[in-house]
Amino acid sequence: MMMIIIGMALVTIVPRFIPVFIVDRIQFPEWINQWLNVIPYAALGALIFPGVLTVIPERPWIGFVGGLVAVLLAIFRVQTILIVAIASGVIFLLA
Amino acid sequence: MDSVISNKQTTEKMKMMRSGLAAGVPITLGYFPIAITYGVLASQSGISLLELTAMSILVYAGAAQFMGTNMFAIGAGGIEIVFATFVLNFRHFVMSLSFANRTKGITNSWKLPLSLGLTDESFSVASLHTEKAKQEHSSYFYGALMIAAYASWIIGSFIGGVLGDVIPSSLSQSMGIALYAMFIALLIPSVKNEVKYGFIALIAMICNYVFTYYVALAEGWAIVCSTLLASFIGMMIMRRSEGK
Repeated sequence: MMMIIIGMALVTIVPRFIPVFIVDRIQFPEWINQWLNVIPYAALGALIFPGVLTVIPERPWIGFVGGLVAVLLAIFRVQTILIVAIASGVIFLLA
Repeated sequence: MDSVISNKQTTEKMKMMRSGLAAGVPITLGYFPIAITYGVLASQSGISLLELTAMSILVYAGAAQFMGTNMFAIGAGGIEIVFATFVLNFRHFVMSLSFANRTKGITNSWKLPLSLGLTDESFSVASLHTEKAKQEHSSYFYGALMIAAYASWIIGSFIGGVLGDVIPSSLSQSMGIALYAMFIALLIPSVKNEVKYGFIALIAMICNYVFTYYVALAEGWAIVCSTLLASFIGMMIMRRSEGK
């Protein structure tokens, strides 16, 4: 298991630090800068869906409802920790 | 005179560190239950307390750790787990590129450790505070933000590993939504400020759905491809509407 963990660490760390050395060497054109700047929003979208449907793998709608609750709470500016706790509670009740 | 200047420097750095900690509070609080969930699930998959804590210290990537322990539980081989981690975490390459590009004023000796602290969450929050990158001592702001998140992740994992023996599996299963709830909590505030970011996220969701279920890409590649494609489409639309 320890070897697996070290392997996981290496393949995670190397892609994280390589860009530090690349960026200063290249002057990106404006459109690439704009592209890089909107990546966080695209990444969050891809991380949320459809992964959220697999929380209870055999019943995707439960994850969907949990996600919807989280969206509503976030719209009303509820604290992150409460959003996490309430969403978990909803899944627990539905599952 | 020198000491007056250096005192002023120190207070400026302290100020940046404090605002970094303040910006990191939502991640720190959000990570805690997710880290506990990870610790519980990992210990219930038969991973020892030492190993699961070491994974949080060395790998420090929530989604990959959940996937890794899950694969371990269903008996996947080591090479498979490491390769899947590489694929799933390759998005950090793109994020690190984006972060390094925004923080050109920070020296490499700072940027290197900061890049290791990049996760989906710390990257999102750091990216929402790019105005800080232009200020002096911005490295202290990002450093404090990332160390707070890192510490919360490690401590939470350890506690979860200890709790793993007492928490019933019906409860730990419902805690699986925690990671997604956190991503949602990060995304919604920026969408409220700028609706166009919501469109980009929506395009990414549709792409990811298609890549996952119709193209049958592995989860990690599907996330990498949809992130690149959706942000590219978003950038093109934004340039069009600006008339470029």
